[in-house]
Amino acid sequence: MITVTDLTKKYARTTAVDHISFSVSKGDIVGFLGPNGAGKTTTMRMLTCFLPPTEGKATVAGFDVFEQSMEVRRRIGYLPESPPLYLEMETIEYLRFVGRLKGLSGADLEKRVAYVLDRCAIADVKTRLLSKLSKGYRQRVGLAQAIIHNPDVLILDEPTAGLDPKQINETRDLIKSLAGDHTIILSTHILPEVEQTCESVIIINKGKLVATDSVHNLQARARGAESVLVNVGVRSGEFPLSIVRDRLQRISGVSGTTLKEEFPGGALFEIESSRGQLVRGDLARAIVEAGWDLNELRPSAMSLEEIFLQLTGSDAAASSNTPPEPGPPADAPASEANA
Amino acid sequence: MRNMWIICRRELSSYFASPIAWLLLAMYSIIFGWIFWNFLAEFIKQSQDMMMMGQTQPMNVNEQIIRPLLGTSSFLGLFMIPLISMRLFAEEKRNGTIELLATSPVRDIEIIIGKWFSATLLYCWIIIFACVNFVFLFRYGNPDWKPMLVTLLGVFLQGAALLAVGTFISTLTKNQIIAAAMTFGACLLLWVFSWVSSYDSSTWAQVFSYLSVITHFDTFDRGVLSTKDAIYYLSVIFVGLFFTARSMESLRWRS
Repeated sequence: MITVTDLTKKYARTTAVDHISFSVSKGDIVGFLGPNGAGKTTTMRMLTCFLPPTEGKATVAGFDVFEQSMEVRRRIGYLPESPPLYLEMETIEYLRFVGRLKGLSGADLEKRVAYVLDRCAIADVKTRLLSKLSKGYRQRVGLAQAIIHNPDVLILDEPTAGLDPKQINETRDLIKSLAGDHTIILSTHILPEVEQTCESVIIINKGKLVATDSVHNLQARARGAESVLVNVGVRSGEFPLSIVRDRLQRISGVSGTTLKEEFPGGALFEIESSRGQLVRGDLARAIVEAGWDLNELRPSAMSLEEIFLQLTGSDAAASSNTPPEPGPPADAPASEANA
Repeated sequence: MRNMWIICRRELSSYFASPIAWLLLAMYSIIFGWIFWNFLAEFIKQSQDMMMMGQTQPMNVNEQIIRPLLGTSSFLGLFMIPLISMRLFAEEKRNGTIELLATSPVRDIEIIIGKWFSATLLYCWIIIFACVNFVFLFRYGNPDWKPMLVTLLGVFLQGAALLAVGTFISTLTKNQIIAAAMTFGACLLLWVFSWVSSYDSSTWAQVFSYLSVITHFDTFDRGVLSTKDAIYYLSVIFVGLFFTARSMESLRWRS
């Protein structure tokens, strides 16, 4: 459905996107992942025909984004980082306008408007001014305008940014429910979001492609060793930390113990073992036989977060938690130009 | 064509939803009305004076009321035009709605003409609304309506031309106030260019004088329909919208 080959975007002094290639097949829901300023927004803007690429090629449903821009635009629904709402309009009026803009008219238009009002759960605010809506509702109206013309491809730029946890869940569910009919690319810098919503993931950092694979494969690939979290405690007296650690270390198959957390009367260890070795039973037995309490024992699957850090290196990890640095200006090209 | 109309309609409803259209309508009507009644009172006093003195010099409603009034209204337009055109693109850029327009299956030129046309419609509507005052002249007097319409056409053309310039300026910034200030400056400059002709007649002076909007308004003001001057206004519109299109294109490459 979407094919990107050597896509590059250069600004006056920086390269925001550097020879990226990937493809997305029909009906997929793909997470576009990277720290702030990695080039996510720039790539999406090129796919939606907002920005022409400097080099390379991108096609959507077989149409080139530059040469056959109108065809691509008819097939794409786009939700930019901040929903593009005309605040002085009413919800329904706004949706009708966008619908007409995308080529709908007459009974068709009314049918689609009614459908998206229902689908995005915004029917109760349809005669409210957009300026009076809360952030969560605005985001849903933004989604509604993106799907109003039933596009083949949906491109969502940080659809859950700035929402509260309840709204985030609602938005994620809505996106997941749309996946069947549409091919979806959504960008985010929040890793659990990709784990929860997407089937595959494209990771970029500093404008370069780092990895592209299914979420499942990535987790498997990065998991060289298995690890288990153990919470051990004693009911009275001092917790014999070094003794406990030595005991755990001596269990056959255990290749390492790390103290994750220490608290009064107990501690949390991460136990690593080589793949295939089932050490959980031995661990439990050893702890109970020694007379300590086994408060918790659970496998720790390697999260995307760790995979991500492993793939992008630690400097990227630092910048994922801080505002964009004077690197590629993908998310804030305008302010970059002013600087 | 259809897309242009969709854009134009939304712009118009937006003008009336934000109170700017109502505000301009009200203020313009008050100012225009005040000037109208002043001209009228002066006209009546003059005609009374003449009757007292027994003079029978012909008096002309067209020459003494309508013409100076419409001349003034083209000047008043100078203040109104920046307020109409400032938001056209600046607001879209600030709110991010430009991304919606630019990624919809609509050509840039349709967006531009739709927006400019909505601004021009609003401007014409404000002028026509103020001209309701003329009903009294037709009821109690006998003015000639043909030169009046020509002068009105001149006012509309001048407004449309300056609005095209304003549309272009609005693409340059996210800030509506800056857009308004720059448009006001540009309008004023195009106005005072003609002053050079009062003391100089070199080629440069002629060029500047030709570029001035007011030079071309004079013929319309006299009630003369002149193709040459209409073409000037149409070219300003064309150049203004052409630059708007180029500016929007560069927006895509840069942002």
